[in-house]
Amino acid sequence: MRPTKCLFALATLLLLGTSVHAAEASRTSVKVGFLSTLSGPGAGLGIDIRDGFNLAVKQLNGKLGGLPAEVIVVDDQQKPEVAQQVAEKFMKKDKVDFMTGIVFSNIMLAVGQPVFDNKTFYISANAGPSQYAGEQCNPYFFNVAWQNDNLHEAVGKYVMDKGFKNVVLVAPNYPGGKDAMVGFKRFYKGKVSEEIYTKLGQLDYAAELAQIRSLKPDAVFFFLPGGMGINFVKQFVAAGLSSDTQLFAPGFSADEDVIKAVGAPMLGMFNSSHWAHDMENAENKRFVADFQKEYGRLPSLYASQGYDAAFLIDGAVRDVKGRLDDKEALRKALEAKHFKSVRGDFKFNRNHYPVQNYYLRVIGRDAQGRITNKTMGTVFTNHADAYVAQCKMK
Amino acid sequence: MTQLILEQALNGLQFGLMLFLLAAGLTLVFGIMDMINLAHGSLYMVGAYLAAAVTQASGSFMVGIGTAMLVTALLGALLEVSLLRRLYARDHLAQVLATFALILIANEVVRMIWGAQPMLLNAPEALSGPVSLAGFFYPAYRLLLIGVGVLVAGLLYLLVSHTRLGMWVRAGASNREMTEALGVNVRLLFTAVFAAGAALCALAGAMLGPLLAVQVGMGESILILAFVVIVIGGIGSIRGALVGSLMVGLVDTLGRAALPSLLREFLSPEVASSLGPALASILIYVLMAAILFWRPEGLFPARG
Repeated sequence: MRPTKCLFALATLLLLGTSVHAAEASRTSVKVGFLSTLSGPGAGLGIDIRDGFNLAVKQLNGKLGGLPAEVIVVDDQQKPEVAQQVAEKFMKKDKVDFMTGIVFSNIMLAVGQPVFDNKTFYISANAGPSQYAGEQCNPYFFNVAWQNDNLHEAVGKYVMDKGFKNVVLVAPNYPGGKDAMVGFKRFYKGKVSEEIYTKLGQLDYAAELAQIRSLKPDAVFFFLPGGMGINFVKQFVAAGLSSDTQLFAPGFSADEDVIKAVGAPMLGMFNSSHWAHDMENAENKRFVADFQKEYGRLPSLYASQGYDAAFLIDGAVRDVKGRLDDKEALRKALEAKHFKSVRGDFKFNRNHYPVQNYYLRVIGRDAQGRITNKTMGTVFTNHADAYVAQCKMK
Repeated sequence: MTQLILEQALNGLQFGLMLFLLAAGLTLVFGIMDMINLAHGSLYMVGAYLAAAVTQASGSFMVGIGTAMLVTALLGALLEVSLLRRLYARDHLAQVLATFALILIANEVVRMIWGAQPMLLNAPEALSGPVSLAGFFYPAYRLLLIGVGVLVAGLLYLLVSHTRLGMWVRAGASNREMTEALGVNVRLLFTAVFAAGAALCALAGAMLGPLLAVQVGMGESILILAFVVIVIGGIGSIRGALVGSLMVGLVDTLGRAALPSLLREFLSPEVASSLGPALASILIYVLMAAILFWRPEGLFPARG
């Protein structure tokens, strides 16, 4: 009896040992769960992130960190409950190594905690909610784009420096919209005559535009990503407001997706970004040229973020030599950022958000007569977000 | 201040009249045929896509709208004859399930043909700017929408109240069996009403396309509002649909404009700025609940 028991225990131990060993061994492929908004008014953003990510994987010959990459792309329909189900499937069924792609902060906040609890690394190629930068910062969350407030802070500083005195702010009523207003006001100290919150996904701005007209501001700052911004600018011009009021926006509302849909009324609009397609560095030139060749359009900042997210994963997987289950080593490799970004250099802060430069861009015509963004100058150098102090992570 | 109120009232009017185009068809189908047609919003979407596609191909917005109305009316008639006719005798649950399936099918078909990206439909160049109206600027295109809405409402009024066809429709809405007994070909009437409703959907979709966005799923959100309108106005009544549409349009627009600043008078700015938009978006449902409380049949019930 006793020897049998011993044997059984030994066998169990051995089996356990092998399974532990198997888990530590290097992997033969990398699985990425790409969850993004690919339909509805926010679809343009998700599609650009996806295309940027896919382009990077293609340039790397279908591999990430030298291992064959499998990218599972699913649409979240801009609905938190749909996103939660997909994330669940990614973790339980597909057992993905990384997740990325989410555009909207409310969806990010709905999905985040279960993913972190599952010890799956989430590489955000867009959503940068203040919560995850501050108190709820997490070892498994990395943001390769920006913290939500940052681009708005840059516009706020520029509007302040240019001496505008009376500003109206417009943003959707969701966490990203609130971050936008807070960010703008952190550096703009003049008068804000009204803060207008709209429904997320709203497309008709007649009531808001009438309100703006009656307030007579000298500048309007709006943060309305995707289709919302397209409609806002079109209706703003149609209402005849553009003659006395200067429009300002973060780069989200003045990038290629919006310019393509609105056209000439966008000329002369100032906006902020951490990246621009005319930046002079080898990585960016290759990215912009290849993107145009592959998709026949100029990349937007979203595409650049998706592209960088793929290269961040690539560098980290290569650094740990495919041992993806050594979470500690993988986290260190991600923090060390083993790749060159198309935006030039940046580094991760201790809350895993970037410390980087922010630039001012203006929409004009380029040498070929296309309407597009041109970089004007630097607003912030090595700018960190305002929440890192609340992050307890080392 | 009066200028602001006037402008907001015009905005509300424009929104209400566009809702009316949808609600008019929906209320007749619901009233006469006792049929809940959730796919009404899909006809609106199909109309908008057709208008965008034809406008892009032909370069003329008018041609786009005309073609879209015609083709959508034909599609509507086809749908009625082939599928919906079999559902009239069934209960409402079966109708809801079948027409909900139609929404999903329509969305996927549109996605297959035109892709997931919103389609570009621009207003004619001449109407893209503002016009001066008694001392303030108002977008020319929104004025056109108001004009079209008023015109359609007037035509429908004449058609329903002053023609024989309209009499049959009204008779059908108020008592279907009796109308049949009097020798009216109700089957044919149903098909005609359904096709006309579909054409109005296409008109609404095409006219709103440049203002909103031509995209998959555009029909669902506006369909909910159209249902609110016909519940307020009374099922089966064109007059009710008009009054209900204008009420919903005005309440929604004025609520969105005035509520946040109103709340700020007696609440802190933080609370007001988050409570205001939330309250404004439920205002029309509060209106509906209030009307259902006092007039459970709606404002102008068609069934006597």
